[in-house]
Amino acid sequence: MKLLDPRSSVIDKRLKRIRRVIAVSSGKGGVGKSMIATVFALIMAKSGLKVGLFDLDFTNPSTHLIMGAKNVLPKEEKGIIPPFFNDLKYLSLVFYSGDKATPLRGVDVSNALIELLSVTQWGKLDVLVIDMPPGIGDVVLDLIRLVKKIEFLIVTTSSQIAFHTVKKQIKLLRELKVKTIGLVENMKMNKIKTIQEETEKLDLRFLGDIPYDSTLEESIGDCDKLLATNFSKMINHTLLIKEI
Amino acid sequence: MHEWALAEAVITAASKIAVKEELKEIKEIIVKIGELQQVDEDILIFAFNQLKKDLFRNTLFYIVKAKSKLECRVCGFKWDFKTQNLDENTVESIHFVPEVAHAYIKCLRCGSPDFEIIEGRGIWLEEIRGVK
Ligand SMILES: Nc1ncnc2c1ncn2[C@@H]1O[C@H](COP(=O)(O)OP(=O)(O)O)[C@@H](O)[C@H]1O
Ligand SMILES: [Mg+2]
Ligand SMILES: [Zn+2]
Repeated sequence: MKLLDPRSSVIDKRLKRIRRVIAVSSGKGGVGKSMIATVFALIMAKSGLKVGLFDLDFTNPSTHLIMGAKNVLPKEEKGIIPPFFNDLKYLSLVFYSGDKATPLRGVDVSNALIELLSVTQWGKLDVLVIDMPPGIGDVVLDLIRLVKKIEFLIVTTSSQIAFHTVKKQIKLLRELKVKTIGLVENMKMNKIKTIQEETEKLDLRFLGDIPYDSTLEESIGDCDKLLATNFSKMINHTLLIKEI
Repeated sequence: MHEWALAEAVITAASKIAVKEELKEIKEIIVKIGELQQVDEDILIFAFNQLKKDLFRNTLFYIVKAKSKLECRVCGFKWDFKTQNLDENTVESIHFVPEVAHAYIKCLRCGSPDFEIIEGRGIWLEEIRGVK
């Protein structure tokens, strides 16, 4: 009998003690996925939940920059043990690629993802937040295939261009019968309700909008500053974990 | 001891196959390990022995080492991966996630990081023999 890759069989076991896995995703780049994923995770952790943050944007990891995570490294013990950073269990490929450019083809992306999912010991978590790469490529398809309890939180900006790709993503997720929690309209600078109306027409929950926050940039790299921003207040208001 | 997690993956995969094939006992498992990931053979065997129970009570584990072959997608050059020129931290990083090799290794001929790992990446379940 010729056999194959043994790794994916153990993934269910590794994720067994995680209650919810929430992928912060968008068809588009630059809409605020990483910022929302990070701040959402930090807020939940501060409220006393057991939270993990997993950066799966392998080509452009940025959660470590947002949090200012320096000198944190995973431990090795019957697998990879994600380190605690600001009350979060945190894992990023940056721990291994060292912020060097890491050009990965689709097959490499899948392999790296399967490797991390099969050897990481997250332990017991209320929520694992995943910061996704843009688009509907390999990471999205592999996660849907390998992580049965995955739920998607969709991010768009007010731009029709961003929302156009997001709509396609929502349709795809429907076809794949994946749970979608709802949509967030980020960096809002007007009062126009188009995105909300169109989202509701798609029968998807509109979770709310988050205004453009000009103080956000200067808070990057400092979790306490981030949590004190209006952006953070709005995330707290829009994404109440008990209600989504 | 990250080998333990890989050993557990092998055992879990083999258990699933045993159910499908209606095997009562697994006699032999042959695992292939690619040079790129630098899996420690002794630790892997140690982990397998710790996981020996039920179906695997009497299983003999064999480990076959495979050379890692890389091929440049730009100029087509093929070479065998060797750890000689890499520092300890780099080897360690590649050990955890072999794909990060793309951050550290370049084509020996043209310098491109766009190469394919054509053989010998990580751990592979090569063969399992059991009794019905
Ligand atoms: N509500 C907001 N107000 C101001 N700037 C924002 C807001 N949301 C995100 N940003 C900024 O926009 C840029 C892109 O955000 P990021 O989270 O990296 O996007 P993505 O992960 O979707 O590519 C970052 O510089 C981030 O600080
Ligand atoms: Mg991002
Ligand atoms: Zn080359």
